Amino acid sequence: MEGVAEVVSESRVAAEPLLKARGLGKHFGPVQALYDVDVDLYAGQVTALCGDNGAGKSVLTKCIAGIYQIDQGQFFWEDHPVHVRSPRDAARLGIETVYQDLALADNLDIVQNMFLGRERLNNGFLNEDDMERSAARTLSSLRVTTVRSIRQPVASLSGGQRQSVAVAKAVMWNSKLVMLDEPTAALGVVQTRMVLDLARRLRDRGLAVMVISHNLNDVFEVADRIAVLYLGRLVVQDRASAFDRQSVVDYMTTGASSRTVQRSDADGGKPGQG
Amino acid sequence: MEASLARAEAPESAPDPTAATEAATLEVPPELVAQSLGEWFRAWTTRIRSGDSGVLPVILGLILITIVFQAISPHHVFLSADNLVNLFQQSAVFMVLAMAEIFALLLGEIDLSIGYAAGVGGAIAVQLVQPTTTRWPWWGAIIAALLGCALIGAIQGSLITRLRLSSLIVTLAGLLILNGVMLFVLGLGPFSGYPSLAGANPNLQFLYQLMWGTIDPTVSWVGMAVIVTALACFLWLGDNRRRQSGLVAPPVSLTLLKIVLIAVVAIVVVAICNINRAAFGTLEGVPWVIPIVLVVFGVWTVLLQRTRFGRYVYAIGGNPEAARRAGVDLAAIRTWCFVFCSLTAGVGGLLYASYLGGMSNNVNGGQLVLYAVAAAVIAGTSLFGGRGKVLHGLLGGLVIGGIYNGMYLLGLDVKPQFIVTGLVLLVAITIDALSRRGATSGSAARV
Ligand SMILES: Nc1ncnc2c1ncn2[C@@H]1O[C@H](COP(=O)(O)OP(=O)(O)O)[C@@H](O)[C@H]1O
Ligand SMILES: [Mg+2]
Repeated sequence: MEGVAEVVSESRVAAEPLLKARGLGKHFGPVQALYDVDVDLYAGQVTALCGDNGAGKSVLTKCIAGIYQIDQGQFFWEDHPVHVRSPRDAARLGIETVYQDLALADNLDIVQNMFLGRERLNNGFLNEDDMERSAARTLSSLRVTTVRSIRQPVASLSGGQRQSVAVAKAVMWNSKLVMLDEPTAALGVVQTRMVLDLARRLRDRGLAVMVISHNLNDVFEVADRIAVLYLGRLVVQDRASAFDRQSVVDYMTTGASSRTVQRSDADGGKPGQG
Repeated sequence: MEASLARAEAPESAPDPTAATEAATLEVPPELVAQSLGEWFRAWTTRIRSGDSGVLPVILGLILITIVFQAISPHHVFLSADNLVNLFQQSAVFMVLAMAEIFALLLGEIDLSIGYAAGVGGAIAVQLVQPTTTRWPWWGAIIAALLGCALIGAIQGSLITRLRLSSLIVTLAGLLILNGVMLFVLGLGPFSGYPSLAGANPNLQFLYQLMWGTIDPTVSWVGMAVIVTALACFLWLGDNRRRQSGLVAPPVSLTLLKIVLIAVVAIVVVAICNINRAAFGTLEGVPWVIPIVLVVFGVWTVLLQRTRFGRYVYAIGGNPEAARRAGVDLAAIRTWCFVFCSLTAGVGGLLYASYLGGMSNNVNGGQLVLYAVAAAVIAGTSLFGGRGKVLHGLLGGLVIGGIYNGMYLLGLDVKPQFIVTGLVLLVAITIDALSRRGATSGSAARV
């Protein structure tokens, strides 16, 4: 738990992806939400996952998080094949998710939400003091300082504060991969900045971060890598420097782009194939 | 409240973080941020004015009931020791049933069957101890009754959680079925539907004494002193430890105030009970039913406030999807809640049987469950889940018991009593629904 406080200083950028997904497929009844998706997420990098509404971004996130089970495909975690069948499996690997539909209980306070499902016990009873101290430490290490009391119910927080709590909850657990699904969609300017700064701070600690957004300002502000989903297919993923706004828009809206920015395949990025 | 409504109108226009923080302060429970009693009191009044009043309305309601019935009851007997003890005894059944219902309400579900679950529990126990038929010992009868009730909860809970049936419908069916089961159990043996607890047999006596037995006045005082001291130490040491390690804690004066309040209530209750309330001879001491109710209250409070199980109950009531993603086994927690609900109803049934001095075909479980729901909701437990405390069962039960008792003193029959209690329930759920509407319009804007 305290791992989050130490900055991982050795080579931030690993050569091999932390998580490799190969050939993922997912359908809901007749609706095929994902087709043969290959995606790589690297430690120490922010990967932006872009795509139009309904492209399958949230479904992909939930498959990685174990909320949905994939129909086809395989995950590799640090190069080992793994199964992710439940949120518990994902948590065991070190995968944490901040969902688009925030998964906080309004009636519980900040500490209770941050420890939900992983309460610390003392002789079988909740160890509130210990949990409160750890929560306070995590929040201050992320410089989330605007909340008045960490014992206030989440219902009384502003949108940005709630998002910060959700992010802090995700990084409490020695997590290695944090996925943020449209974290800034409902936020104002100041609060958006707050959340993007948080994402960068996680990356600087050596975590793999995936940020979903269709706001290109946000994407180009934080992303080291960009991946684009189009109608359930992953059409391109590469270093952010290989894209410009227009090419990302092209991929998002048509699944292809005729523009070529300077290419770099050095990190195994998969050039457009749609 | 006002602040959150303002935000609801302009969801996107809150880029100023200080405005958001200010708005949030209104809704923060005052004990979290206040450094002194004065500050705490000011924060508290702000919170009440903003619509979130905690247990204040129910306390005011109790005071109002007391004043009104004291004024209009014949010979002003409402506040006599005799009547107050009687009031505690009448309220005990409502309190226990309300504490049972809270398990369902916290989930955002409802259990309409607890009145007749209580009836079945009472009937089983009273039948089993009959010296002319089954001759069970009192403890065997009590265990059988409680196990029977727990089984009822397990069946209903499983249907609701595993088959995803509506709790309203399942327990409505349960209400009817259990009414039949109760009549069936009561029909066994030679008692023509009215097995009684009258008689010198020790097993009959034990059940009868649950409600009517009293504790020796001296023992009452000593026991009270021990319990209050233990509670005071627990509160004081806990708050002190948190204050010293810099955790969120109430100011010293507030901790002291709480302790004094508990002590005063305890002393007043014991003092009232220790007054001789018999017209001839002596009848004094705390009735057994008071510690029995307090044990139920204590055990369930610890379970809901201090254990993982309790935390999950609140989480499911607040946001089941969040609980699911946190890895909580929703079906198991929900099923256990229905088990605890029916089990507690069984305790209520034992007390009711003791109160009636037996069990009867006329027990109206439909009315009992509505009183239980009314008691819980009046005291601040929400029908929408996630908000409520076991304490609400105690306070709400006292309100319902007060109305019941006061109208009885006035010589009124059940007609106005039904109407008044129904109206009280209606007012309580209206307030609950309105306050929730205010809260969700605020949070919708926040997401
Ligand atoms: N639980 C579900 N049941 C059925 N269809 C779903 C479900 N979740 C997502 N979908 C469908 O999958 C597609 C992708 O959705 P989603 O991943 O939420 O899109 P977005 O990229 O906007 O996050 C949409 O067509 C959506 O309707
Ligand atoms: Mg989405």
